[in-house]
Amino acid sequence: MKFEDKYEIVIGLEVHAQLQTLSKAFSADSTEFGASPNTCVSVITLGHPGTLPKLNEKVVELAVKLGLATNCQIREVNRFARKNYFYADLPKGYQISQFDTPICYDGYITIKDDAGNAKNIRLERIHLEEDAGKSIHDQDPFDSLIDLNRAGVALVEMVSRPDISSSQEAGLYLTEIRKLVRYLDVCDGNMEEGSLRCDANISVRLKGATELGTKVEVKNMNSIRNVQRAIEFEFQRQCNCLETGETIYQETRNFDAVSGETRSMRSKEMAHDYRYFPEPDLPPLIVSEAYIDKIKSELPELPEALFQKFVKQYGLPEYDAYWITEDKATVAYFLQIIKHTEDYKAAANWMMGKIRSYLNEKGLSIEKFPLGGEKIGELIALVKSGKVSNTVASENIFPALLENPIKSAAVLAEEKNLIQQSDESALSAWVDQVIAKFPEKVAEYKGGKVGLIGMFMGEVMKISGGKADPKVTTRLLKEKLDA
Amino acid sequence: MKLTEETVDKMAELAKLEFNSEEKATLLGDMNKILSFMEKLNALDTEGVEPLIYMTDEINALRKDEVVQTLTHDEALKNAPKKDSDYFRVPKVLERG
Repeated sequence: MKFEDKYEIVIGLEVHAQLQTLSKAFSADSTEFGASPNTCVSVITLGHPGTLPKLNEKVVELAVKLGLATNCQIREVNRFARKNYFYADLPKGYQISQFDTPICYDGYITIKDDAGNAKNIRLERIHLEEDAGKSIHDQDPFDSLIDLNRAGVALVEMVSRPDISSSQEAGLYLTEIRKLVRYLDVCDGNMEEGSLRCDANISVRLKGATELGTKVEVKNMNSIRNVQRAIEFEFQRQCNCLETGETIYQETRNFDAVSGETRSMRSKEMAHDYRYFPEPDLPPLIVSEAYIDKIKSELPELPEALFQKFVKQYGLPEYDAYWITEDKATVAYFLQIIKHTEDYKAAANWMMGKIRSYLNEKGLSIEKFPLGGEKIGELIALVKSGKVSNTVASENIFPALLENPIKSAAVLAEEKNLIQQSDESALSAWVDQVIAKFPEKVAEYKGGKVGLIGMFMGEVMKISGGKADPKVTTRLLKEKLDA
Repeated sequence: MKLTEETVDKMAELAKLEFNSEEKATLLGDMNKILSFMEKLNALDTEGVEPLIYMTDEINALRKDEVVQTLTHDEALKNAPKKDSDYFRVPKVLERG
């Protein structure tokens, strides 16, 4: 019997997202990534005596934005709290966080599987806190090296309810969060660089059981794929424990990306005691209705709303709509094109076809694409007018535009002599030529191999240098062959 | 309330400090004294009194998101007991095991 038939996994995720601010949460030193060690610090970050933190207003704005986009309630009266623990990368001896008054609570994020089935993953809370510094353990045999540049950088922690029931759902949930924070310009969403981090609370129970099993917290997964691998490993490990009667300890385990296994951190099993208490150095933060309304009015259109609009209003296939709404820059470019054309599907095709392969080939992001949306609009119009075929537009004019982005698509088509020939007498001559050249094939066609029409078409195209109007040519070919 | 040596051990562990048994005994005495001193406050009726957290009525003390770099790298490291040209140095703090 497979474990999957007997047991089910219950997962809650805690996601930390670094907020995209210029200065830190409670002090004015820079948040620049990759600066030389210990240069972006201040007396507040270093925890010098007599210093006072002061809250960055941008931090509040970003958290409220994220809360609204994840269907959360926004708390009016917020207090900060001290989470006390001793570690070298936390000079004050406490982390400023929120304990009993998370700024956002009771929200949800909708995930959708490949078949389009939607599920809501509830968010228990999103709270504000500050990041710790970085410890480097492997550079010196005796000392750990401490870089406090990251200490004090603003974070939100998003805590889900245990609503996630597979590694696949965990992946969808994280993908959705990454998409959202990028859309909102709340966080750059980079898991490899650690600006988006995820810890997983994982337990296993008999199918249908109502009580939760003992939960294990897994840390140190720096990609969505690794979160999924860790979940899959834990499921097998915990099921094994249950089958063999081994105890599952409530503990923290580290994921090892090389082996794909989780390992107990074996720190003494004394429950952490963070001795939270209110942070008296920061006065309460009051978030007014008016402030929330203002942020609400400034929210950009969110991916799900755009997806619905693209499908329902623009008639795009769901696959296309999903692809375009993957990130904000792609949406922006699509919107740029459709300012210049009403053929939405054609716009999507250009983006998912030629433009995508050009960007892939050059290793560029859409922001760096050299042509404006109006150029793609011109290409679409050119094809629509029947002046050039789709093939000529994508194989000849598109590359020409990339070389010469100032000229219009129509001018380039003229200059390169690519305008489609739809004049019947010219086409007729080409068709006759082809029919004369392949008497055997003509016989086969007449004998019933009508699929050969494609081959004749190809020959006409060859002679015409790709300029033969395919519709007229097909008609002429059929007329002449069937005669 | 009386503290036990266990509590002292726990506090020491949380503060990453180590004490010998003599020091522990002294600490236990001191901590019990502090507690019994604070217990006097229990005599007061605090029913309905909100805990005092803040010394002022100020709310929303916010700053603009602007970078102001007030310390140099050298100044930042100046008071560190151990450092190199880039980093603060501390005894290895890897989790044991």
